[in-house]
Amino acid sequence: MSYKRSRGYAVFLIPGVLAFLLIVIVPFAANIGISFTKWKGVGTPEWIGFDNYEKAFHDELFWASFQNNMQLLIAMTVIPTILGLLLAVFLYDNITHHFGQRATSVFRAGFYLPQIMPLVVAAIVWRWIYQPNWGILNWLLDAVGLEQYQRNWLGDGDLALKSIMGMMVWFQLGYPLVIFMAALQRVDPQLYEAASIDGASWIQKVTRITVPLIRPEIYVVILTTAIHAMKVFAPIYVMSRGTRRATIVAARFSYKNFFEVPQVGYGATIATLLTSIIILLTAVFMFIQTRQERRENQ
Amino acid sequence: MAEHIADQSHMMMHHRAPARTLVAKYVSLLLVTALLIIVLFPLFVIVLNSFKTETEYTNDGPLSMPNHISLDNIRAVWERLDYTIKLRNSLFISSITAVVGVLLSLFNAFALGIGRIKGRLFFLIFFAIAITLPQEALAYPLYYMFKEVGLYDSRWSIIIIFSVLHSAFGTYLLSSVFSAFPMELMEAAVIDGCNKLQLLFRIVVPISWPSLSVLFVFFFIWTWNEFFLPLIFLVSNANQTVPLAVSMFQGQRGAAATFQSTAALLGVLPCLIFFILFQRTLAKGIVAGSIK
Repeated sequence: MSYKRSRGYAVFLIPGVLAFLLIVIVPFAANIGISFTKWKGVGTPEWIGFDNYEKAFHDELFWASFQNNMQLLIAMTVIPTILGLLLAVFLYDNITHHFGQRATSVFRAGFYLPQIMPLVVAAIVWRWIYQPNWGILNWLLDAVGLEQYQRNWLGDGDLALKSIMGMMVWFQLGYPLVIFMAALQRVDPQLYEAASIDGASWIQKVTRITVPLIRPEIYVVILTTAIHAMKVFAPIYVMSRGTRRATIVAARFSYKNFFEVPQVGYGATIATLLTSIIILLTAVFMFIQTRQERRENQ
Repeated sequence: MAEHIADQSHMMMHHRAPARTLVAKYVSLLLVTALLIIVLFPLFVIVLNSFKTETEYTNDGPLSMPNHISLDNIRAVWERLDYTIKLRNSLFISSITAVVGVLLSLFNAFALGIGRIKGRLFFLIFFAIAITLPQEALAYPLYYMFKEVGLYDSRWSIIIIFSVLHSAFGTYLLSSVFSAFPMELMEAAVIDGCNKLQLLFRIVVPISWPSLSVLFVFFFIWTWNEFFLPLIFLVSNANQTVPLAVSMFQGQRGAAATFQSTAALLGVLPCLIFFILFQRTLAKGIVAGSIK
């Protein structure tokens, strides 16, 4: 395309860039600025340098919140990715071949169903299930004679996060499943046949054939769900109050400092640290992915 | 195609095998079905208990069938939630956000993907980083700004914020779609004397309509599902969205279990409808993308 013809396009970028400046860049920069101050949200912020960051470093609640985010990473990324992969291959191998594409579609839609609702509504559904006095989980345990396992699922500090993690696995599973099932369309069935003839087990076929072939999708799933795990807020907010050590997460902790305490400067510090972690995570992943692609192309 | 079918029938022959395989075949079906039942169970019990009276719930437990289908809970919770208002708010916010977000993405991508302006790569990286930014890092300054200009507790605050935030992803997606755009068409239009705006709306928009509608559906659903920023910005009852209202619903003494399950159902229902409505658009979009 000649230079002359490509003129006159830049003007179309003006509304988008201006809006971005106003809604993303300026607030983002302001947030970083606020993180170096002591401020209650009213009056003049007082510049205190890196004090908030130092405070975070020694704050037990701060470390607890990131630890809980890491646990949620297991429930939102690790388990759904592995389970989704196995289930996708299992459906593809056993259901599609024997019962046809339509049966597979029904299963896929069914497993995907939790994904269509807002996460906060999923949390409400499970809060109802976990309710200690009349909730269905304790009722079921009683009905099958396991009443000694009845618990206050969300009220008990040792259990609350585990209960929330259970909900998250249920909610997330459909996402990797759908992505991986689409990716499997690319895999040549004859590769499997050949592997079977060579005496490979099912797990071997998955790890040696499927995983390398659908690696790009696996990267996408891991990266997006890991980012979600770092940002998670709604289930913590509605299922437990989420301000105690047991269930607090970074997003909830910053919200608390912004609007409940309020220590806006400290809240901004936590939000800034959270952002750094997410950007770092993304960068590392992009790096691994490009290196992998380059290696495969060689 | 014929070859493909022959190939498949060959594979099926290969798979038709002794009784052991036949057993394995039904065992695997059984396993997957059992897992599916577990996954669908929470939604099933929510539906089941939304049509019961609280007395039935207390006496017969959460798994009994309702004696008769009663819409009393739905009616009562609908009223307590001000559900009509909440539905209207959610629809208003999500649809306007989706339209504005698509327009912003379209303009950006027109400059970046088709115009290939200078600094294109810089802008693309810029939008890519913006996709990953957590809302927490923008929340307080945005809250402060919108309070200053008097848009706090206004549905427009959410519309403005999310149309811009979503446009980062839209710009990225459309730019890559547009980079494969048939340039001969554009050249012909330019020779016919089209200006840039005509080029955009007479040529680019009609041809990329499938991608635009997919983007619209994405933005609509994402906005509908949002919780964190609406929680901060929409404080008054008259402005709240469906997920927000459902999350705040407390039930009522003596009707806690059935009322809360009804509220959850009212939170799920619109999304189920969207899923059914939009499935076609999404599928079409994916097909259109793969043809290119």
